[in-house]
Amino acid sequence: MKKFVDIAVIGGGPAGLAAALEAWRAQPELNILIIERDHEPGGILQQCIHNGFGLHFFGEELTGPEYAGRFIAEVKKTSIEIMTDTMVLELNNERKILAVSAENGLIEIEAKAVVLAMGCRERTRGALNIPGSRPAGVYTAGCAQRLVNMEGYMPGKKVVILGSGDIGLIMARRMTWEGAKVEVVAELMPFSSGLNRNIVQCLVDNNIPLKFNHTVVRVDGRERVEAVTIAEVDPATKRPIPGTEETYECDTLLLSVGLIPENELTNGAGVEMDRITSGAVVDETRQTSIPGVFACGNVLHVHDLVDNVSNEAKLAGLSAAQYVAGGEKKVEKYHSVNATNGVRYAVPQRISADASGKLDVYFRVGNAYRPAKLVVRCGEEVLATRRKAIMTPGEMEKITLDADKITGDITLEMEA
Amino acid sequence: MSATNYDVAVIGAGVVGCAIARQLSRYQLKLALIDAAEDVAMGASRANSAIVHAGYDCPPGSVEARLNVKGNAMYDAWCADLDVPIQRIGSLVIGFDEQDEKVLEELYDRGIKNGVPGMELISGDRAREIEPSLSGEVTKALYAATGAISCPYQMTIACAENAKENGCEWLLGHPVTEMKVVDGVVEITMGEEKITAKHVVNAAGVFADEVSAMLGDSSFTVSPRKGEYMLLDRTATSVKTVIFQTPSKLGKGVLVAPTVDGNMFAGPTAVNQTDKLDTSVSQEGIDQLSALSRKSVPTINLRSVITSFAGVRAQPSTGDFIIQISEVCPQLIQAAGICSPGLTSAPAIAEEVDSLLRKAGAELVEKEDYNPIRKAIPEFRHLSNEERTQLIEKDSRYGRIICRCETITEGEIVEAIRRGARSLDGVKRRTRAGMGRCQGGFCGPRVMEILSRELGIPMTELTKFGGNSRLLTGVLKED
Repeated sequence: MKKFVDIAVIGGGPAGLAAALEAWRAQPELNILIIERDHEPGGILQQCIHNGFGLHFFGEELTGPEYAGRFIAEVKKTSIEIMTDTMVLELNNERKILAVSAENGLIEIEAKAVVLAMGCRERTRGALNIPGSRPAGVYTAGCAQRLVNMEGYMPGKKVVILGSGDIGLIMARRMTWEGAKVEVVAELMPFSSGLNRNIVQCLVDNNIPLKFNHTVVRVDGRERVEAVTIAEVDPATKRPIPGTEETYECDTLLLSVGLIPENELTNGAGVEMDRITSGAVVDETRQTSIPGVFACGNVLHVHDLVDNVSNEAKLAGLSAAQYVAGGEKKVEKYHSVNATNGVRYAVPQRISADASGKLDVYFRVGNAYRPAKLVVRCGEEVLATRRKAIMTPGEMEKITLDADKITGDITLEMEA
Repeated sequence: MSATNYDVAVIGAGVVGCAIARQLSRYQLKLALIDAAEDVAMGASRANSAIVHAGYDCPPGSVEARLNVKGNAMYDAWCADLDVPIQRIGSLVIGFDEQDEKVLEELYDRGIKNGVPGMELISGDRAREIEPSLSGEVTKALYAATGAISCPYQMTIACAENAKENGCEWLLGHPVTEMKVVDGVVEITMGEEKITAKHVVNAAGVFADEVSAMLGDSSFTVSPRKGEYMLLDRTATSVKTVIFQTPSKLGKGVLVAPTVDGNMFAGPTAVNQTDKLDTSVSQEGIDQLSALSRKSVPTINLRSVITSFAGVRAQPSTGDFIIQISEVCPQLIQAAGICSPGLTSAPAIAEEVDSLLRKAGAELVEKEDYNPIRKAIPEFRHLSNEERTQLIEKDSRYGRIICRCETITEGEIVEAIRRGARSLDGVKRRTRAGMGRCQGGFCGPRVMEILSRELGIPMTELTKFGGNSRLLTGVLKED
């Protein structure tokens, strides 16, 4: 099967849906295709049945499926085509896509513009090299969430959680409500990578202890997990401190230790990557180093709030539509956006010299700052300053710049 | 109840037992392959170095030296018949100082005595030409052109499937609890079940001493030696050959090598222990592997570790492979104490057991319809687009990707289950579903659904690898 489209959106999660919708709104005559590997669009939102989504984007609290449902309903009113159960195997630097499905077999798709919206995956036990045996009962939090919320099964009854990422916090509460006992949440860092509201609502409200500067040093159990041993770590070296070990009898270890953008296709196409975000390097329109290829959502950098994903995806979708309508626009010169002195990364990583108007730069700090002061400079000139009572790596921050004032490379840094 | 009578029962479904079963399946024999575990390749054959060794390590004159060199030469033909990958990428043993260099010379001399072809002592610079990522500190190396990589569990599964195809019965999940000789035949008790066999082949790995003792032969013991490994993502691959450090008393030295699947891995450590089933990984082991692999290949990207695991090798008290007719019980043929190079030697061990059986009086008459060819499950990810299209037209389930990291289709998973996979790990070893960077985070629940559907068993009874390794503890409570 062969297809020619104006815009191919890879991924039908919140990023892909918002990007396609915005592209259609800008240019309704365009031929837009969303390619989704699951049997329905919505992505990981479909298993996030808790509420708390949409406070910023819709101004109300929705569950994950409700949030996704709003976009899906909108998309269904348009000419946007969604191919489900379809997996993209390859993308090349000429925006040719090879996909496969049981229904259509191999599908070759040529697109004038491509939006990358593949999302992210969870970091695993192996990536952490946790010592001990390898029994059943070790799950990433998202996998456990799917088993509970989508399939209706309990992956365990007595649980230790490593990592205080949002999914881990949400699952601590969910497992507790379903009758499991969550013994403890251990967090390697002196702070959580999850949202503060989740720590309060999921852990504090359910009397689940959260231990900072702790990690799992051993998993026991030959067939099924029987015990998990955690220990305090030296905050400087992150190595366990001998003598601080505590063993919890349990049958399950859940991991919520970070998310990694799924950029295998992006890498395959030869897109320039950012080593820190593990996503593509993009400009203010979310265009990657390959003209006509845009990226947004968790495949670009891991977000905390889907609301931010939707906004970013709207921008990428609009840019893709403009690209198709206006043809390739040659960017004469880019200014780079440099994250230094406590700022871990910033997106976009570069801004075209002829950008104008208001422009949002998203960033994360590398450590907890209280109080926090971010300064954006262009050469000696201070473009913007942002003060906050606290900034932590767990919460993505945004600063709005006036693009017209950007005359050279800019720098984001934390100051005392 | 009358027991089923077999001509030959092979106890142990690791690579050695399965190679023997495959070898014997060419004859007109009633043949059983028995293992306590629910699948084949559940012991050392699922976690080892995956190397087809050249054969310079073994003491000259030893059984293992002879079978290693012979087995290595047989490997290409076995892999071709059984559709198992093998890559003759060559191996290097590297030396960093004068003492190491002396060891390399000794290895070379041993290799010559053992009849190893294609060896060469080379300078550090020459070694770096062959393997550019090698440490600049390497002063000398022993290169062996016949060193190769294969896949131990694929070889085991392939042998078992081919044996089954040719009439061998699998009795998996059947732990042998008692054996005795009654009227010249061996009565084998496996819990509630009983069979008899005229000949028993003991290929029970770390448990071979216990199996032997059931028939009164306590002439040897087998002690478990753990080896830990780290597996790295594809993107970390920077080596092209098998790189060993000089061997120690406990083993062949830590190696860094690519795998046939394109990953890179490092290991093993060597830890003597008493527990025959303890495959836990220790922090010390991980630290040791990290340091040693960095010594060989300074640029190795240890941040891309996907997983770490351990296997338990069967170290014989005799210091050599024990392949002989038992002096105590003539019905018992030992294929015991097969530590490294067991994977390499397996085809040669199978032939050795064949001739021992003849010596023991077994009548081995070739079948007319013996089929030595076994085809692997189609691997969608490695097919051309035309082949993919044809496959999907025949069975549309080959168009549904279940494991996205490794591009494994539903068709492959269903076929793996048809061929004997009963658990998540069984599917994983046969298809690679769940072996990639997400380690089954996404595809785990979907593979479980397929297992449940195809086997007709509830989700809550599915296991990771048999026994009590249940994946779920129940269904959601009803409100």
